[in-house]
Amino acid sequence: MKYETIIGLEVHIELATDSKIFCSCGTTFGAGQNNNVCPACCGMPGMLPIMNKKVVELGMMAGMLTNCHINRYTTFDKKSYYYPDLPSSYQTTQWFAPICVDGGVEIETSKGKKVIGIKQIHMEEDAGKLVHDEWTDTTLVDFNRTSVPLIEIVSRPDLNSVEEVVAYLDKLKTLLRFAKVSDCKMEEGSMRCDVNLSIRPEGSTELGVRTEMKNMNSITAISKAIEYEVARHIDALERGTETLIQETRRWDDVKNKSFGMRSKEMAADYRYFPDPNLVPIIIDDEWFESVKERLPELPHLKKARYMDELGLSENDASIITSSRALCDVFEGATKVNGLPKDTANWILGECMSTLRQKKLSADDLDIDPAKLGIIVKMVADGKIVRNAGKKVLAAVFGEDVDPVEYCKANGLDAQSNAGEIEEAVKKVLDANADTVTKYKNGETKVRNALFGQVMKELKGKGDPASIQAILSKLLD
Amino acid sequence: MKYITEKDIKGTVALEDTILYKGIPCTAGSKMLEKFIPLHNAEVADRLEKAGISISGKVNVGEFGFDLLGETSYFGAEKDENGNLVSASSCLVKEGLKGVLAVELNGASIRGAALGGTVFVKPTYGTVSRYGVIPCACSSEQVGVHACNVENASEILSVIAGHDAKDGTSLPCEKYEYFVKDDVSGKKVCIPKEYFEKADDSTKANVEKIADALKSKGAQVEFVSFAEFEASQSAWFVMMCAESCNNLSRYEGVKFGHRTESYNDIEELYTKSRTEAFGLLAKSVILYGSDVLSKNRYFTTYDKALKVRRLLRTKLDALFAEYDLILAPVSSKTGYKEASMKTVYEESYFTSLASMMGLPVVATKGVQLIGNSFEENKLLCAAKAIGEVE
Repeated sequence: MKYETIIGLEVHIELATDSKIFCSCGTTFGAGQNNNVCPACCGMPGMLPIMNKKVVELGMMAGMLTNCHINRYTTFDKKSYYYPDLPSSYQTTQWFAPICVDGGVEIETSKGKKVIGIKQIHMEEDAGKLVHDEWTDTTLVDFNRTSVPLIEIVSRPDLNSVEEVVAYLDKLKTLLRFAKVSDCKMEEGSMRCDVNLSIRPEGSTELGVRTEMKNMNSITAISKAIEYEVARHIDALERGTETLIQETRRWDDVKNKSFGMRSKEMAADYRYFPDPNLVPIIIDDEWFESVKERLPELPHLKKARYMDELGLSENDASIITSSRALCDVFEGATKVNGLPKDTANWILGECMSTLRQKKLSADDLDIDPAKLGIIVKMVADGKIVRNAGKKVLAAVFGEDVDPVEYCKANGLDAQSNAGEIEEAVKKVLDANADTVTKYKNGETKVRNALFGQVMKELKGKGDPASIQAILSKLLD
Repeated sequence: MKYITEKDIKGTVALEDTILYKGIPCTAGSKMLEKFIPLHNAEVADRLEKAGISISGKVNVGEFGFDLLGETSYFGAEKDENGNLVSASSCLVKEGLKGVLAVELNGASIRGAALGGTVFVKPTYGTVSRYGVIPCACSSEQVGVHACNVENASEILSVIAGHDAKDGTSLPCEKYEYFVKDDVSGKKVCIPKEYFEKADDSTKANVEKIADALKSKGAQVEFVSFAEFEASQSAWFVMMCAESCNNLSRYEGVKFGHRTESYNDIEELYTKSRTEAFGLLAKSVILYGSDVLSKNRYFTTYDKALKVRRLLRTKLDALFAEYDLILAPVSSKTGYKEASMKTVYEESYFTSLASMMGLPVVATKGVQLIGNSFEENKLLCAAKAIGEVE
């Protein structure tokens, strides 16, 4: 029998705010244990939550990016459960009136395009972390992550394969990073995923028994876990290896297996109720519009514009629009030089290769767009040679260096070294009289050796075209 | 035991032990917090000190403030020479303290002052910051002032009232002007029959005496009846227990609060610590609160209580369109030798309306004056007029 897999995802995303959701503690990843804490996020009695406005704005943006309806009246609720990493024994979340509902995003897979529905997006606070100390055999709590703002994006059960899940996560990641809602770094835990999965015979309209795998934080683990679960469900249905129950399961990355955690029937009653300390948030038209205005132009629209208006190839436009940082540098540089194609070439060539050398990703591109714009223009105008341009770029990359000043100071200016090139060519020709004779006797390929000598003499500062021109002038 | 801790007994104002003061244990009258030392001051404590008023110490309270007159304090109840329960704060202001700040939750401060012959003023919810108040029912509790007379109470209140950015429910008004004038002429006062008829004869006689005093000063006093107010008591208990249960869940022996000596696992640590350290009334509040918030009961209890609160607001608007203030007994009797949980519940009948609705209250001379939101001055003036008659 053939089976259909039904998957719904709950994706937790840490928002890119400087401070926590209800207090002014910092949110930097990797801070010393319990360094980002205060009495409020430690749940001390008497401390009151103060809403971080930026959290609401990023929540709204996430909804706008995923075509959700934004609830103009949204409230926070308390979810009660006991766990040592939860200092007040309740988590503040949104249960009754989440900020965004009823949206969806389009994904593209080998089977074509498809819209994945989004049931809701709600804001909430993260919990702390338990750290087991092997040396003393004790478990300690790190509250740095406590009250770090999260959004949870709850999809509808519209996903049917690993490929779709990966495409969906990738889509969310691209959109949210683009709008700077989150850095979505799975390896740092700023994007985590709960997978709800069931299977049913193809054509059936009834849903099968659903299991949930919590806190998955890598695409590889998610893919493997889905494959494992589907196989386990099929075995259970066809061969009666076990009786499926609705439960939460833990994925073990080392054993490549999932294990049952607790049955949903026995799960805690979270006793949700409205948090009296957080007044309802009312989003008026003015606030709504101001957030909407701050949304960046979305990648697919940018791509179309880059191709139609700026004449970039589809490939170049695709790569640039895959990262907000590349777009920002591209647009900033183009504004200065009016040379979109040249700028794109520089970004995709020199900038990317520099990033690769430094083992950085496109999002880490740290260059002043205006300076790149000037460099590209200087090369295009023949003021400096391409190789000189590369040197200036390297100097400007991540540093506060003025490209024009740098050229002057380092003698990279093409015009200022025209004489220098001629001198070097003469010197090389004088020192290689034999080769010159060979060349004049028709052995034209020796010209390359002469050219190489000149380049060496000039230590790479010479523009190849100028050298060739002077070589021709003096030889032919 | 009146004082839990004393910094300097010659100071002028003390804090009930549900208000935090840096470095000094804040017990909330519970074994659970016997050793809890706060890291910071409550906003009200800071405001007193900034105004040059020194804080003399911490005053004993009933466990988390749920009880009748402080009888559930882990550190012992306070009784007068006749064996009647008395409020520690009321005793201390009679002994010469200028005032005591107290968190009014379930009527204990109102009863304490009214029955103790002192004054307690609770302002409108949102007037005084709750930053640094041991939380129970966050949607209702409010810091008020115990004093010997309305003048002192309103003077201290004007120091602590006003917007605080650290409390998200603090109202935007920066400063409140309170005044006390012996003037009730032309004011319309109502006595709810439902309250009056639940009281014993001596309590009734006292209310009538006060009514006569107000009339003699030119106020008009009438009996009124509103059946809806009956609902306020059960709605209040649902709300108070639900919110308190949630707030008390942070005391589980892991981070702060009492921790049991021996346990085999985390579940046992939670259970034993809480079982050992909470008193019977607090446990009852937790059990009832857990029940009304549970999945199966939420919509028939907690959600209903919220609807009752909304409905009562409409009823109050109509009432206060006609009357300036409510005159009512604070309890059914004039004294209590002891108080069972049943007594606590029954007596909350008289205070639940103002608690749940966040209304201002002035307690004095065996009665309470309840006003509409932000009408503290009407209450202060009426209380002054009552005082001037005797």
